[in-house]
Amino acid sequence: PWGNFAVMLHLPLMVTAQVDLVLVLVTVLSLWTRLCHLSYPNAVVFDEVYYGQFVSLYMKRVFFIDDSGPPLGHMILALGAYLGGFDGNFAWNRIGAEYPCSVSVWTLRFLPALCGALCVPLVYLLTLELKFSHLSALGAALLLLLENSLIVQSRFMLLESVLIFFVLLAFFSYLCFYNLLIGPLLLSSWFRYGWLLLCGASCGAAIGVKYMGLFSYLLLLGVASLHTWNLIGDRTLSVCVQCVCRFFCLLVLPVLLYVFWFYVHLSILSHSGPHDQLMSSAFQASLRGGLSRITQGQPLEVAYGSQVTLKSSASQPIPCWLHSHKANYPIRCSGHLQEMMVSSPPRPVRHGDVIQLVHGMTSRFLNSHDVAAPMSPHAQEVSGYINFNVSMAAQNLWRVDISNREVESDVWKTILSEVRLIHVNTSAVLKLSGVSLPDWGFRQLEIVAEKLFKANTGNLGWTVEEHRYGTSQEQKEREVELHSPSHIDVDRKISFWAKFLELQWKMLTVKQEDSEHKYSSSPLEWITMETNIAYWLHSSSNAQIHLIGNPVSWGVANFSLLAYQVLAVFYLLRRRRGFKDLPHGVWCKFVCLGCVCVGGWLVNFVPFLLMEKTLFLYHYLPALCYLYLLSPALLEHMHTHLLSSVTYQRALCVWASAVLLSVFLSYRTFCPLTYGNPELSANELRGLKWRDSWDILYRRR
Amino acid sequence: MEDYKKQWNTPGDTSTLRKRKNLSENTPLSKDPGRWTQDDPGSSNGTLAECHGSDSNNPPATLLLLLVVASLSFSTRFHRLSEPSHVCWDETHFGKMGSYYINRSFFFDVHPPLGKMLIGLAGYLTGYDGTFPFVKPGDKYEDHNYVGMRGFCAVLGSFLPIFAYLIVLELSQSSTAALITAAVLIFDTGCITISQYILLDPILMFFILAAVLCMVKFNHLTQRSFSASWWFWLVMTGASLTGALGVKFVGLFVILLVGLNTISDLWRLLGDLSLSMVDIAKHLVARVVGLIILPLFLYVTIFAIHFVVLNKSGPGDGFFSSAFQSRLIGNNLHNASMPEYLAYGSTITVKNLRIAGGYLHSHWHLYPEGVGAKQQQVTAYLHKDYNNVWRVHKQDHNESQSGPPDLVRHGDIIRLEHKETTRNLHSHLHEAPLTKKHFQVTGYGMNGTGDLNDLWQLEVCGGKKGDLVKVLRSKVRFLHRATGCVLYSSGKTLPKWGWEQVEVTCSPYLKETPSSQWNIEDHINPKLPNISLSLLKPHFLEILLESHIVMIRGNSGLKPKDNEMNSKPWHWPINYQGLRFSGVNETEYRVYLLGNPVLWWMNLASLGLYLIMSAVASVALQRGFSLEPKRKEHAHVLLRGGGLLLLGWLLHYAPFYTMGRVLYYHHYFPAMLFSSMLTGITLDVLFRSADLLLRPPYSDWLQRAGLMGLLFTVLYSFYLFHPLSYGMTGPLAHEPGSSMAGLKWMDSWEF
Repeated sequence: PWGNFAVMLHLPLMVTAQVDLVLVLVTVLSLWTRLCHLSYPNAVVFDEVYYGQFVSLYMKRVFFIDDSGPPLGHMILALGAYLGGFDGNFAWNRIGAEYPCSVSVWTLRFLPALCGALCVPLVYLLTLELKFSHLSALGAALLLLLENSLIVQSRFMLLESVLIFFVLLAFFSYLCFYNLLIGPLLLSSWFRYGWLLLCGASCGAAIGVKYMGLFSYLLLLGVASLHTWNLIGDRTLSVCVQCVCRFFCLLVLPVLLYVFWFYVHLSILSHSGPHDQLMSSAFQASLRGGLSRITQGQPLEVAYGSQVTLKSSASQPIPCWLHSHKANYPIRCSGHLQEMMVSSPPRPVRHGDVIQLVHGMTSRFLNSHDVAAPMSPHAQEVSGYINFNVSMAAQNLWRVDISNREVESDVWKTILSEVRLIHVNTSAVLKLSGVSLPDWGFRQLEIVAEKLFKANTGNLGWTVEEHRYGTSQEQKEREVELHSPSHIDVDRKISFWAKFLELQWKMLTVKQEDSEHKYSSSPLEWITMETNIAYWLHSSSNAQIHLIGNPVSWGVANFSLLAYQVLAVFYLLRRRRGFKDLPHGVWCKFVCLGCVCVGGWLVNFVPFLLMEKTLFLYHYLPALCYLYLLSPALLEHMHTHLLSSVTYQRALCVWASAVLLSVFLSYRTFCPLTYGNPELSANELRGLKWRDSWDILYRRR
Repeated sequence: MEDYKKQWNTPGDTSTLRKRKNLSENTPLSKDPGRWTQDDPGSSNGTLAECHGSDSNNPPATLLLLLVVASLSFSTRFHRLSEPSHVCWDETHFGKMGSYYINRSFFFDVHPPLGKMLIGLAGYLTGYDGTFPFVKPGDKYEDHNYVGMRGFCAVLGSFLPIFAYLIVLELSQSSTAALITAAVLIFDTGCITISQYILLDPILMFFILAAVLCMVKFNHLTQRSFSASWWFWLVMTGASLTGALGVKFVGLFVILLVGLNTISDLWRLLGDLSLSMVDIAKHLVARVVGLIILPLFLYVTIFAIHFVVLNKSGPGDGFFSSAFQSRLIGNNLHNASMPEYLAYGSTITVKNLRIAGGYLHSHWHLYPEGVGAKQQQVTAYLHKDYNNVWRVHKQDHNESQSGPPDLVRHGDIIRLEHKETTRNLHSHLHEAPLTKKHFQVTGYGMNGTGDLNDLWQLEVCGGKKGDLVKVLRSKVRFLHRATGCVLYSSGKTLPKWGWEQVEVTCSPYLKETPSSQWNIEDHINPKLPNISLSLLKPHFLEILLESHIVMIRGNSGLKPKDNEMNSKPWHWPINYQGLRFSGVNETEYRVYLLGNPVLWWMNLASLGLYLIMSAVASVALQRGFSLEPKRKEHAHVLLRGGGLLLLGWLLHYAPFYTMGRVLYYHHYFPAMLFSSMLTGITLDVLFRSADLLLRPPYSDWLQRAGLMGLLFTVLYSFYLFHPLSYGMTGPLAHEPGSSMAGLKWMDSWEF
């Protein structure tokens, strides 16, 4: 090798660069279509109103939960806002609201638009990696370039374009890796793992942007494991290292990255905010402001005589506190119930201790007895009881059962301990029934005591939030308590993992109201584009932006999907009977195309049929991109392998160029609805209503 | 039993042949069934013979084992069958529906009719007269004869272990595996409980397992295509599939299983280049006939019987179209006579033409705050009710009081006044409650005085100006004058505030669909002569389609209620929570449906074990390691037989995760059958692979000890938990004096 090196030194130092001019051209065009006049509707457009509030919260570093997806997408949007100097002071309350001059609209929208623009060259490269020609690659890139719905979705502060970008990048880098594996380049044996790492990283990013990325990730895993499976079958190779590398890059790395997004998310959002109440007390106490300000410096261990507020650990249907008030019958949720028990030295309450709870304002004892609760007759009523000379002490006794005593300790701790209160007399457990009381109970939630063996739902726990010791006690005792070592600041005691798991769990379980939206649609309507979404309407003129796809391209996409399936069935049946129509290499290419494109369409479309969420047309865009990838490649396949005579081949070429031309024309036709400019008259708008079911708005003048 | 023996023994030889071919394709096909045992190293089979006194290829011994399984199965199911002598859990539904068949009154249920028909038939044959009302669980049967119906279900339930035994024997050729499976199912308290009552589940599971058994038998006859027994099993598979689907729609999953199996079978045949295309076409046609056309025919026949038997009006009438109702004796549309043309001043009911569309309905309740304008609700309602009645008025209030009333014509502007509340049908530019693209429809005004938004233009579909509106036959549409939208029934169920009735909207999309078409059903006008209307009798296929759509809609309408503890699919395999069949308090006779936890957890563990073992096996095969023939055979049993059962388990379990309807613990039982069969195969292969760990004599001991331990565990756990099925009295389990004291291993169990 050293000899070679010496020879190399004698050669002139030259750089030979090959530039794919077509690639450069489509990139420039794509940047132009996505980025020009980016700040034009200087107003909140459609879901910007939703994502914008999160961007604002990031700028103010206020904690929030968004159950629609993981944080990376929001963080990317927030990064754009941060670079543009957005301070978070904008009320995102209405679609169509004008942005003030202080907001740099261009930077808010820049990153998604850039991702959207980069999808076009990526599709070009991806087609090449699928081993199809440059012409096919150009075709795919053009289809994507001239797709109105993708342009609309890229140009605003939305996440679909980012998601599509990462998904395409993941497939591109995986195919690069795979092709290098079978390719002759020995030099690249380590270099190719760089591609695999990139693939894993973009998978992690795709899942981090939207959960929808999971579908494509699973498909990629399927393809990769199929390839690995074939590798295992090859006895000439040693496969351990390869398998471990793939396992690390494609499974471990994305998971680590996914957690990492949450780490960044939680590190940025350190202040308490409006969504605090969904989280546990311990979580809330770790945020600056809010609960931690109240709980700061309060005694850690609950003792006899402490005054506490008890919060139900179940946040369903809403977070609430144990409460009582001066109205006959009973105890409800929200407010303060204070406990006071006299006992001379402050003795901490331990697991298994029997206590009484006294309501601070009314000095009634928390009591339960064998009477049916008002709304849930199968459970016992809970009430505040005062003993007018009748001693009913046994009914007031509750046993403390600390359910997480293995993790914490068996002393009842503020915020950290989750306790169940078990009625000694009837062994019923204090719980939130989840039903709200009628008007006489001020619509507050009902509290019942249910037999321990019947009550098996998770919402039995209560945590102490505010805790004061002995306001009515002697000053001396209070000081003893204040200086005792149990005064540990609960702040930041909760680890990242606990926070992450809690946040993740809450995101997956928080129920969202799914009611139908005016522009929501069902998945089957997407294929034929029966539906559109009005994104924005100018406040005084007819200028408007709609999410409408390019109808010709959609037709092409659907046709190629159908054609591929028919062809695949035809080939498969023939091969099974021993007719090998295609040489091995071509067949592998064909199968690979199907796995990626048709598979990609399937995994990104079929799950929506089973979902009960509110769905919109833009959920179909990732699936659509796969079809645009498929169409030109399939055309090339038909041109090369199915049509034998030159005449037919020429006819196909003519036909294809005619289709491309009409794609361009229909793109031009719908441009006014894509860019919101120029404004059209009502008649022209009516002419654009190609389907009766589209909702296009006309302003009456 | 004798028939069984014959059918079961005939394919015995060929199955051995097939096995040999599978195992090692290089060795010449052996025609000698005896060789099978010879080239098996012998040790394992020999132990088996010692252990259980059996050998899988020894017909008398097999028969003996089968008899033991059958007798144990029947005795566990029939033990204390008549206890408790009151209505338990869903008996209140299915017993009642059985009675409907005996009384021949029409009802509606979300499941297809076969199960209830069989229950009714069993009751009829055993002397139940259909008079017990089955009002609610806990009602005493007194002197009504209910044991016949329970006995019928118990008989079918007793076949489950037998079928499972035969399936596993066929798949693994190992009687040990088959016995493990049978033991698990015989001594599972859940299977016993669910077989002892008047329920659809034992019937459903009987047909599911029958279908799988026939399919497996059929699979093993590939060498003797088109022979009599081949046809027999094919036809039996098809018939059992019909049975499964005819009882509950869950039967679709086993149809899917058989379908996938058939597709892979055909795929294999297609790849067999020694067969000509004609042969393959013959195979295809045979399967289409046996597995599609025949079951379809039988399924339709079941419905035909259902409609023929139930010819009297009953509680289910309102779910069906006007035409259908005219068939039912006692319904007001049966031989109806009413004024023929719609007239002003008439009282009418209006029914949507969408299948199971419901009547236009209103009631005193208002739309809640935040849902459009706070006016009176207008909905579509499936049951007949006095709130479905409307009165037709002219737009101005001058109806001629004397003389014959004017008739309503195509294009007339009318008002519809709700008779009970005297409010007019009204619409305005507010979003509808669920379908946000449409407008809200309300009841507005008082005593017929409203505003311009109460005016509707009536159109007869396909009519022209001046046409009269025929009652029952004309399809009409109601176009709102002010907004131009059309009265529409979206088919979506309103939430609680709307009493879970169906949403009615005003749609701005004017396309003619059945959802926007209505017909006039009842028509009362004392000033007009009544004319006997002989309706067009609906075609049978129309009725069939209609009843299916009604059933499917009913099924998806069973939404879980808020705040109600409902069972989640992940609860089931871990036996998280059972179902109370009977009794709550200490004094009552309590039966609790809960699988034997030891066995269920063993099933769960072997599922994991299976995944590991099959992964190891398939990697070994893929990597091409040289394996002993015995290991290869184990790998094949695991991957083929086990794979089929795993697929069955998945198909009967995974779909529940996507279902929005309310789910119950007992939905897992079909999947549990597959899981138990998988346990049999997995544990058997595991024990047989004991020689991987130890040298021969010791490995045999280990294997034997494992089997004995397993048997002991099964029996002892059954001894512990048998009161769950056979009834508990006295104190509850958390109190020391109970028969179940100390057995409440999970807090969520409620006994």
